[in-house]
Amino acid sequence: MSGETAVKLTADVLVIGGGPAGAWAAWSAASQGAKVVLVDKGYLGSSGATAPGGTNLLYLPPDRELREKAVQQRMESGGFLSEADWIHRVLDQVYINLELVEKWGYPFVRDEDGVPQRNHLQGPEYMALMRKAVKKAGVKVLDHAPALELLVDEHGVGGARGILRQQNRDWEVEAGAVVIATGGCAFLSKGLGCNVLTGDGYLMGAEVGAELSGMEFSRRYAPAPAFSSNTRSRLLGWATYYDQEGKELQGRRDGDFLAKCLLEGPVYAIMNKADTPEKQAILRSSHAIFFLPYDRAGIDAFTQPFPLTLRYEGTVRGTGGLRIVTDDCGTTVPGLYAAGDAATRERITGAASGGGAFNASWAICSGTWAGAGAAKHARTAGVGSVRRLRPAGRYGLGRPSVQGDGPTPGQIDTRTLIRSIQAQVLPLEINYFRTEKSIGEALGKLHALWPEVNAQAPVTVHDRVHAREAAAMAATARWMYTAALARKETRGGGLHVLREYPELDPNQHHRLLVSGLERIEVKPDRSFLTPLADQAAPALKEAGAQ
Amino acid sequence: MIELVSDDRCIGCNLCVKVCPTNVFDKTAHAPVIARQEDCQTCFICEAYCPVDALYVSPYTDEAVDVDEETLAADGVLGSWRATLGWGPGRTKLAAVDQTPFINRILPPRPVRAAGISDAGSPTG
Repeated sequence: MSGETAVKLTADVLVIGGGPAGAWAAWSAASQGAKVVLVDKGYLGSSGATAPGGTNLLYLPPDRELREKAVQQRMESGGFLSEADWIHRVLDQVYINLELVEKWGYPFVRDEDGVPQRNHLQGPEYMALMRKAVKKAGVKVLDHAPALELLVDEHGVGGARGILRQQNRDWEVEAGAVVIATGGCAFLSKGLGCNVLTGDGYLMGAEVGAELSGMEFSRRYAPAPAFSSNTRSRLLGWATYYDQEGKELQGRRDGDFLAKCLLEGPVYAIMNKADTPEKQAILRSSHAIFFLPYDRAGIDAFTQPFPLTLRYEGTVRGTGGLRIVTDDCGTTVPGLYAAGDAATRERITGAASGGGAFNASWAICSGTWAGAGAAKHARTAGVGSVRRLRPAGRYGLGRPSVQGDGPTPGQIDTRTLIRSIQAQVLPLEINYFRTEKSIGEALGKLHALWPEVNAQAPVTVHDRVHAREAAAMAATARWMYTAALARKETRGGGLHVLREYPELDPNQHHRLLVSGLERIEVKPDRSFLTPLADQAAPALKEAGAQ
Repeated sequence: MIELVSDDRCIGCNLCVKVCPTNVFDKTAHAPVIARQEDCQTCFICEAYCPVDALYVSPYTDEAVDVDEETLAADGVLGSWRATLGWGPGRTKLAAVDQTPFINRILPPRPVRAAGISDAGSPTG
């Protein structure tokens, strides 16, 4: 560490990340009586994919039949890689937490019968409220405090350290347990709120031996204005699509429709299915941020064409992340917990994206459970033992390469390295229209540039953050593609395909675990399969034949 | 990307420095400066928090553009996102009049669902 005098703190629980999952984890741990520190790369209240826009929630009344139906639908759409009891847990927990959110002051609208509509949250309001709740619970919050590496000893994870990037000082927190809630990885594709999501937590976890699961389920792009960031695209359901000549693009807009059209040429949309002032007013009062880029660019979205693109969302709306093996979202490493997009979402969504509703609900629930789990671990584990913690970071920290080979430090410019990684990850031709060849070649290039992550020589505090982000993105891309090449089938909601394997293969009814940094191991995981899930196998064959 | 910190309007509260998730601004003796524009992710958060409508985030994510403060002020653009969110004294919060729970009532005749693509027309998007 090269900053000025370090800020040193001790806590029972350290939460890394201040999006919804981190906020709920910190609140939950503090509610259990734990002394909690939360650090965020940016600002608790504005960081992450949720804060700038709106997010849907799963809010099903506690009606047994209704919920069972929702669970079965989700099991099926996820290619039976999810677990029914975990989906039920989420439906139960999110219902409770959303009542809390209302109690804390969120002004949920009511319908004509006075029933509060707790199935959508406006991000800025929600996250400002969460900041208040977290601080009121007694959590110490460090903003602009990116974590760079975990601290570890023979008892497991015992803290982390990083930078106070607006003070040019280092921080170090020793803690009985750590929750990683740093979000997914969207590779700086400028999706709304997503540029803080660079896979930092995956790298920190992998450096202490944690496994990742579901990383192949990362084929996720979102429609956005070609010139802007807004990846909140639900309202495009009211749009008609046109080609460059103004000819309507016919056909069902599901599956690969937009991606294929974009390979042919520019695609434009007009929101002309919202064809009355009343409808337009309703849409403007729902996802208000959808209209902001168009209004500012002088485009009347209801009558004038605007150009669309697809921005990569990686594991943010994709599904992979740190593997969790206990009911309280513990990883395979003692003292290390994961929540939100930093954790794999497979246990509830399987091989499908949750879209907004499942994902936002997962952040709330996994955060709540991870926070409680971490608090409990801190109370019970390692009591009385002296910790001999050492920093676990090995990549992108401006230190010489582990093997001493590869380019010399200082040879590699961080922004150039990031562009090289993006060139293998963002293009539709590689990562959307996946083939063994395209993914294989891209993975080869990513492996080849991996030694470069330790040839960065960050000087300023900002460089240090970006260098570490580059390392995390390079690692994440290699895990994604390694897993992608190992799943030779098509399962679930289109989050992974290889053109050569369009069918579902019942023999691949497993999750894929990846681990390691120099050499990446991949292995199947069937531990989640119950006798009941095996009975579903015949249904799978039918689903695959469709 | 962020294009404007109005010297005339800014009261030096540094809230934008604090809330910007990608740390784009630096504090100075008075108005913060846009120190790392290339890190701006066009999330509009800084505008939402600015109490005096001194900031302008252009919709263009990948290119810097010239802006004219007088025109933006005259067109009512400065502070417009904060106003839409209903933040600031005497305003009704967008959250309190959120129509999202009801938009399925006005769905077009043939809703569409995208598989590998996010939430276009998906009721649970």
